[in-house]
Amino acid sequence: MGPDWFVLIGVAVIVVGFLLKIDSIAVVIIAALTTSLIAEVTFADFLEQIGTAFVNNRSVSLFILTLPMIALSERFGLKEQAVTLIKRLQKMTASRFLTLYTIIRQLCGAFGIRISGMVQFVRPIVQPMTSAAAHEQGIVKSDADEEVLKAQSAVAENTGNFFGQNGFIAASGVLLIVGTLDSLGYPVSPERIVAASLPMIFIGTAVAAINFKIVGRRLEKRAAQAGATATGTAQSGANDE
Amino acid sequence: MSDLGPGLLDAMFILVGALLGATGVRALLDTTNDKRLTTGAFWLLLGFTFAFGEVVPFEVTGIIILVLGGLTLSRGVKAGAVQEGTLEEREEGARRLGSKLFIPALSLAAIAVLVATTAPFGKESGTLSVGVASIASLLIAWGLTRAPASVVAGQADRLIQQVGPIGLLPQFLAMLGVVFTSAGVGEVVADAIANIVPDGNKFAGVLAYCIGMALFTAVVGNAFAAFTVITAGIGVPFVIALGGDPVVAGALAMTAGFCGTLVTPMAANFNALPVALLEMKDPNGVIKAQAPISAVMFVAHVLLMYFWAF
Repeated sequence: MGPDWFVLIGVAVIVVGFLLKIDSIAVVIIAALTTSLIAEVTFADFLEQIGTAFVNNRSVSLFILTLPMIALSERFGLKEQAVTLIKRLQKMTASRFLTLYTIIRQLCGAFGIRISGMVQFVRPIVQPMTSAAAHEQGIVKSDADEEVLKAQSAVAENTGNFFGQNGFIAASGVLLIVGTLDSLGYPVSPERIVAASLPMIFIGTAVAAINFKIVGRRLEKRAAQAGATATGTAQSGANDE
Repeated sequence: MSDLGPGLLDAMFILVGALLGATGVRALLDTTNDKRLTTGAFWLLLGFTFAFGEVVPFEVTGIIILVLGGLTLSRGVKAGAVQEGTLEEREEGARRLGSKLFIPALSLAAIAVLVATTAPFGKESGTLSVGVASIASLLIAWGLTRAPASVVAGQADRLIQQVGPIGLLPQFLAMLGVVFTSAGVGEVVADAIANIVPDGNKFAGVLAYCIGMALFTAVVGNAFAAFTVITAGIGVPFVIALGGDPVVAGALAMTAGFCGTLVTPMAANFNALPVALLEMKDPNGVIKAQAPISAVMFVAHVLLMYFWAF
């Protein structure tokens, strides 16, 4: 049974390669080559094997066909219109706004709208609007509080992105699940994978919403305490706005 | 009608090949890109594998794959000059078209679901649905924006270059999964797990599948890489072989892996990028904020998989 364990070196190559941030595609190829060498596959057979596997899995990259439409929509202001819609929402608490963004982000994912949300939404819109809403509520008293709001803005993006993306029939994750199960002898269809991914979209939203509520409460409490000590120590101090 | 499927699927791959080839030619001609030769070579070779993968011997594709890896490893692939349109142009478009801009993206989803469920192309319909919907929704977007053909071609090229080689990573990982499987990596992992997991215990199997996904994802920072290995090694023998629904188990295993992504510094673009973008003080601030969500979601995955897959 001993020598069998050596095929795990391929897994080790992946782990070390990703840890050292070596080019991902090259790491994958090196891991495949290492595994084949250890399994005593000839080089010609290795070439044929990766060639066959790559060609048979072309459907995983079929999302490339959606790029022209998305690129064209973007060129004519898709993102700008999304920003306009988000900006129209007013009278929001920080918690509610973060929950709303999580939902919007999940809908984007479920409709296959490909955005790199951290750059395009979180930095320019979500974090500033969350911060603005929190200041309006009077729950931001320190830099630490701002730090909390920044982290939670990223949380909204990641939670929405991760648990929403498999709601889209052409999501690369969905296609990978289909491709993997298929090659293991379990043919499944993408729309059934999407259906099985739906509960986690709702659970993800609920968990995120509760999280934002708790964080909001914590900030409120902290602000109330800070307010109480402030009025206690400097009773007649000027009410600096 | 159903015998149309395979031919149509081939046509889709040729179309992808043509798109990638066009990007390759544009990259070659882009004199502002100092890596234009290697960038052009990458996209042309990649396009070749899509268009002619079934025609040439698989060894040829194998050699091309090694060359592609060499090109990305030597940082030879670089996005050239792309035209996003000016902010004024985009804002003008948004003013003119308003929320109609969402129609193409929404119709993509609607048409894909329609094709997949009515299955007019036989068993290939599921895979084909994406391609058919892409083409239809592009036509809708084109009609809506009335953009000149040169703008459409330029935009397609822009997004392909911006997504870059990393967009192909899932396909490369799927390839690696096949190599791992044939070398018996799955069996070795399964053997190791088998010593710990009680045989035939459904709950232990579900727990092992979810822990395996989250843990492996945290280590490599990529749930896709984990999925092929852990599904073959743990998911099939300990969940699906016991009667677990492969659809439910597979779908939930993937998002169980995302629970690992939420708490690992390995997933730099999700957890480290926002720290930089938002100028946060604590490099692990995002991970710490996500830890409670990750824990709750993980428990939810285990329970849902156990009660739904069986």
